[in-house]
Amino acid sequence: MTDPRITAPRNGERPRVPWTGWDAPRERWLLSGFPRDGRERAMLLELAARIVFPTVLVLSIYLLFAGHDRAGGGFSGGLVAGQAFALRYLAGGRMDDSAIISLRPPVLIGLGLTIATLTGFVPLMFGNELLESAIYKIGVPLLGQIKFVTSIVLDLGVYLLILGVVLDLLRTLGSGIEADAAAAERGQA
Amino acid sequence: MPLSAFVLVHLLVALALPIVARRNTRAAFAIAAVPPAAALTWVLARSGAVLGGDAIVEEIQWAPLLGLEFTFRLDALALLMTLLVAGIGVLVLVYSIGYFQPGTGDARRSAPLLLAFAGAMFGLVLADDLLTVYVFWELTTICSFLLVGQAGISRESRRSALQALMITAMGGLVMLLGFVVLGEAAGTYRISEIINEPPGGTPLVVAASLILVGALTKSAQMPFHNWLPTAMVAPTPISAYLHAASMVKAGIFLVARLGPVFVGVPQWWVPTLVFGLITMVLGGWRALHETDLKKLLAYGTVSQLGFLMVLVGQGTYAAALAGAAMLLAHGLFKATLFLVVGAVDHQAGTRDVRELSGLGRRMPALAIIAALAAASMAGLPPMLGFLGKEAAFGAFLGRGGNGLFVDLVLVLGSVFTVAYSARMLWGAFGDKPGVPATAAKPPNGLLLVPAAVPAFAGVVLGVGYPLTDELASAYAGVFAAGPEVPHLELWHGFELPLLFSVIAVAAGLWVHALRTPLTLWRSRLPKPLDAQRGYERMMALLERTAVGVTGRMQVGSLPTYLAIILLTVLAVPGSVLLYHAHIPDDMRLYHNLLQVPLAILVIIAAIAAVRAKRRLTAVVVVGVIGYGIGGLFIVDGGPDVALAQFLVETLTMVAFVFVLRRLPARFTKGDTARSLRWPKLALSVAGGVVIALAAVLFSAARQRPPDVSSDFIAQSEQGAGATNIVNAILVDFRAFDTVGEISVLAVAATGVASLVLAARFDRRRRSTRGASAVPSEERPKSVVSGNGQRHEEVQE
Repeated sequence: MTDPRITAPRNGERPRVPWTGWDAPRERWLLSGFPRDGRERAMLLELAARIVFPTVLVLSIYLLFAGHDRAGGGFSGGLVAGQAFALRYLAGGRMDDSAIISLRPPVLIGLGLTIATLTGFVPLMFGNELLESAIYKIGVPLLGQIKFVTSIVLDLGVYLLILGVVLDLLRTLGSGIEADAAAAERGQA
Repeated sequence: MPLSAFVLVHLLVALALPIVARRNTRAAFAIAAVPPAAALTWVLARSGAVLGGDAIVEEIQWAPLLGLEFTFRLDALALLMTLLVAGIGVLVLVYSIGYFQPGTGDARRSAPLLLAFAGAMFGLVLADDLLTVYVFWELTTICSFLLVGQAGISRESRRSALQALMITAMGGLVMLLGFVVLGEAAGTYRISEIINEPPGGTPLVVAASLILVGALTKSAQMPFHNWLPTAMVAPTPISAYLHAASMVKAGIFLVARLGPVFVGVPQWWVPTLVFGLITMVLGGWRALHETDLKKLLAYGTVSQLGFLMVLVGQGTYAAALAGAAMLLAHGLFKATLFLVVGAVDHQAGTRDVRELSGLGRRMPALAIIAALAAASMAGLPPMLGFLGKEAAFGAFLGRGGNGLFVDLVLVLGSVFTVAYSARMLWGAFGDKPGVPATAAKPPNGLLLVPAAVPAFAGVVLGVGYPLTDELASAYAGVFAAGPEVPHLELWHGFELPLLFSVIAVAAGLWVHALRTPLTLWRSRLPKPLDAQRGYERMMALLERTAVGVTGRMQVGSLPTYLAIILLTVLAVPGSVLLYHAHIPDDMRLYHNLLQVPLAILVIIAAIAAVRAKRRLTAVVVVGVIGYGIGGLFIVDGGPDVALAQFLVETLTMVAFVFVLRRLPARFTKGDTARSLRWPKLALSVAGGVVIALAAVLFSAARQRPPDVSSDFIAQSEQGAGATNIVNAILVDFRAFDTVGEISVLAVAATGVASLVLAARFDRRRRSTRGASAVPSEERPKSVVSGNGQRHEEVQE
């Protein structure tokens, strides 16, 4: 909220913006904590990211579940989700990813790995073999029969881990390099 | 399954012991003494049956499909060793209650480690499987490394521990090779089965030589003996255990255990004889001149180990009988002497021969115990040591001139043994003129009793020689006895062995009386060979080589790394490929029309990538190649693989774009690049051709769907509940692979992130030092390599 152009008075008058900045977008399309300089923003990209982002996330979850019968799976789903965040990052700038997801990437990676590993051990408690999966078929009104295979949990672990890896990439190569560049501009580097 | 349970209980209690040791170290030692005591009681209760020839055998399947199993077997030799390992283990642990300052770090560490050590030794002596032997063998190596190294605060203890580890682990690896040769040649890894039907020919000879390297290093034989005296930095109870019952005894035990396999193999008994004799004489000679009581005992151990090696390596009934008796005798008297020296050190604050004086009158009980043990060591009747030594002299008689020569060397070694036994007693307890009497309080019972028990056991087993004979001949029975079966006896009549003993004692006492002129003479002798210096030189050479190789290989240039990888691919799999290459007959240019445009696209993109001048262009064009490959996957009916390919390709391009922000827009063309152009071109073309050839050959090698594929197809619906077979393989059939792969991915991602963040941190720290205020664009961009050196930007 430091950018004066965004908090410009809205009482009907035109904001005092030099004419060179008139075409810079003033609305904040992405709920990010870090508003960029208007000249760096691309309105179409931001708008597209805003619209596409939730859809892509839904698609990624669809891929996660669809993997068992059609193309998809935890790996693809995680990558798609990661790319949704990559799009947000490209559109919204460096703080954007951390503003939306409060889990830090290493935590996400660890969580995914833990889920995947523990899933392997759960069957041991029921007297089955390591990593063995069970199939449950549940009849749900309106939806019909739903098949649930326990290996989806392992896939979920893969999904989270891949998402964590992509977010880590954004954090190090994306925000990291951007912060470096910003520091260089301020003459610190 | 009591045997494996005992081993397991030792290790499990050792794992839990640090919790107790944190609160109360005395209690920790007391608890640690329980498992070996229980094992000792149990084994003693079974000793009658075992000595009668009944072995107790246990098997635990580990990986049955691979034929891996833990096999334990309690026979006569294992019984003998168990008595030492468990018995002396209990004594050392009880002694430690009184020896260690309660609550210190040494005490906290030592209790669990000593118990773990005892468990590892226990497993080792009971093992009846070569690979089981190896597992426990290396466990003892690791335990001794930790025990000698202690907290690792002093440089000396670190170096000693590392030296012990380097030498014994090196020998252990060579030994493992020998085990594999022996096991593969015999068709079984069971020692008892190999003994029944030993393989013959070259494999036996090779295995003998390789296994001996392990035994000789572990048992500190010349020229590998140097780690044992330097390991004396460990606390004394630990030294007592290392020397009397474990670690160094492991080598002797192994030779004794495998002796029946290698009966009559010269590559087995000649080295044990030669190295053993040299070790016995040189170790005894070194012990004569030491002023530190512990070092004196350490060289004494080296000497005795040589003696034992000679006896157990021979493969005859008489030598084995003497060997078993000496093994027992050495364990008992060495444990006593180390515990005595520990008590002296504990009470007087020093163990230097030149500073101690008049302790014999202050601590008569300790002196008597020490005298009993030293008498056994020197081979005086009626001690156990005397029995063993007489039998040893007798074992080589009747073998003609060579046997007599061996006996003469053994007598020389025994002269030194008597001399250093006398030196030890005199050094610790004697009145020395000109040295003020040492102020010391007599030790309490906790220090005294554990030292006294093995000393008196030596007397009892000597006087009660029929019992000892039964113990030792049960092991010796694995070898064929001649027409006249030798026995351990106190009185053989006036024969040569008795004369040898008399000569050894008389000459030994004379050598002790001559100690001052002898040491003076020795210090004037040139020292051409010093094993310790040799070891240090070798380590230095190793480090220099490592630095040189690393400096040549890790130059920080991406093209160099790629060139090395490509050259390796060309040299190893590439040459084999060319050698076996034959192009399949039914090769077609394409089998789907869609492949043609996609292939053309990929080829054009590849050529464009090589010719690209701007980095961004190159990245985009490489991406086009990736998408083209993805398209080919779709054409071939692999939507899953294609999806993954497209997604990874997109992500790679995004990552490239991120990095490109910090790199110049165009590729730099240096002068060096021009001269290397043609070699680079040749290398990359060759690499491409080999990979393409491999792809063609490998895909042609499979004629029909393998059984496992049809199995997966049949199983996926009902077994994994999936109609997508790729996914069924990933998350069900091969889920273990998947977990492994994502672990690798997690490690790699964390590693890369740490490197990038570390480089940023490094840069920031350098900039805050205020070195320069030059904007970053004007400075050469730098990458920070792993070792913190700065390299100019990787040259293209």
